[in-house]
Amino acid sequence: MRMTGSRSRRLKSLARRWALAGLCLALAPCAHAAVLAPFEVAGDAIPQSLTGDKGDPARGRAIVVDRQKGLCLLCHSGPFAEQRFQGDIAPSLEGAGSRWSEGQLRLRLVDAPRLNRDTSMPSYYRIDGLNRVAPAFKGKPVLEAQQIEDVVAFLASLRETPTAQEKP
Amino acid sequence: MRAQWILPACVMLLAANSARAEIPLHERKSGAEFMSPQTQAMQADDVSNPGMLAALDGEAFWKQKAGAANKACADCHGPAEESMKGVSARYPAFNASASKPIDVQGQVNQCRSERQQAAPFRFESRELLALTTYIGLQSRGMPVSPPDDERLTLFRERGKALFNQRLGQLNFSCAHCHEDNWGRKLGSAPIPQAHANSYPIYRLEWQDVGSLQRRLRNCMTGVRAEAYSYGSPEFIELELFLAARARGMSVETPGVRP
Repeated sequence: MRMTGSRSRRLKSLARRWALAGLCLALAPCAHAAVLAPFEVAGDAIPQSLTGDKGDPARGRAIVVDRQKGLCLLCHSGPFAEQRFQGDIAPSLEGAGSRWSEGQLRLRLVDAPRLNRDTSMPSYYRIDGLNRVAPAFKGKPVLEAQQIEDVVAFLASLRETPTAQEKP
Repeated sequence: MRAQWILPACVMLLAANSARAEIPLHERKSGAEFMSPQTQAMQADDVSNPGMLAALDGEAFWKQKAGAANKACADCHGPAEESMKGVSARYPAFNASASKPIDVQGQVNQCRSERQQAAPFRFESRELLALTTYIGLQSRGMPVSPPDDERLTLFRERGKALFNQRLGQLNFSCAHCHEDNWGRKLGSAPIPQAHANSYPIYRLEWQDVGSLQRRLRNCMTGVRAEAYSYGSPEFIELELFLAARARGMSVETPGVRP
């Protein structure tokens, strides 16, 4: 369309685009709010679901083991017998649901550096304060709100298996 | 008595200055040490090291006349075995005519333009990789020896800041992996310490020879950052810092990596 358009049409479209860019800049804080669901941090947790609903643990598991989506197993290991390559940079996800509440898991996924600024855990639900994000990922969180809830639901389901002595 | 306190005080000051623990000298390891014995053997044997083919090409280019000046590298520099010995071990160096630091590939292209009056080679072109591999080979076994040149200090410090800066959607710095977590596994791959003492390398993943800048761009893409352009000031600054960080380690060019 742009290729075949006349010179004046192209200029007009260019002007419109600049105007739009200006508008976007002016509305930047609102634009962020439109992309990310609002949430409240209480202590070391985000108690409320980002979507208002409970996530789906089966979908969450699929995200966790997906090396393009969740990327979790690059650094973590866990109870995933079928997954050959699991990292050991970060703690095992085994028993995560026994160690943390859903709200605590949610904040650790959404923005872990709030709890420890030196952590290597990425912020999965943050789009500001980042450097040189590649164009394909700019303005997008690593996971969407629904995906965060699915992963929270799955991680919360990972309970520590009782040891022999603890069994009745 | 007082002198006994000077060294510990200096060490403490240095430690307080840097945000994180740098790798102690005695724990430094070349990337080759993190590889399987098979890949190590491939690097160690010149007949099976695929990077040596690039070095052989480089030797041919060294002697080939080029440009309006119709000169070969060898016409000015003579045999590379003598004139290029130790050059890659000390580069990047400050280039007075450009008033900035320059790495070996930048130096090759400066010679192309100014001495040979030929078009500079493209980054990652077969010719540039061949020549830099051949030049690098002349330093093999020598210690990485960045020059003690005050004009480089500012650039090297900037490189250090870049190394420690978080980047991309995944928000990692180089140091997060290569200083805090070296030796651990990222997926299936052990994380090396990121010493730049073997470039250009033949990387099995690439099935080709590539420069340090290509490798750095790979990592940047991995953390979903917009990679710096080839030849950018940021890359030269990072190269300067990496050279200082690898000071004293043996040059292994051409390295083989998985």
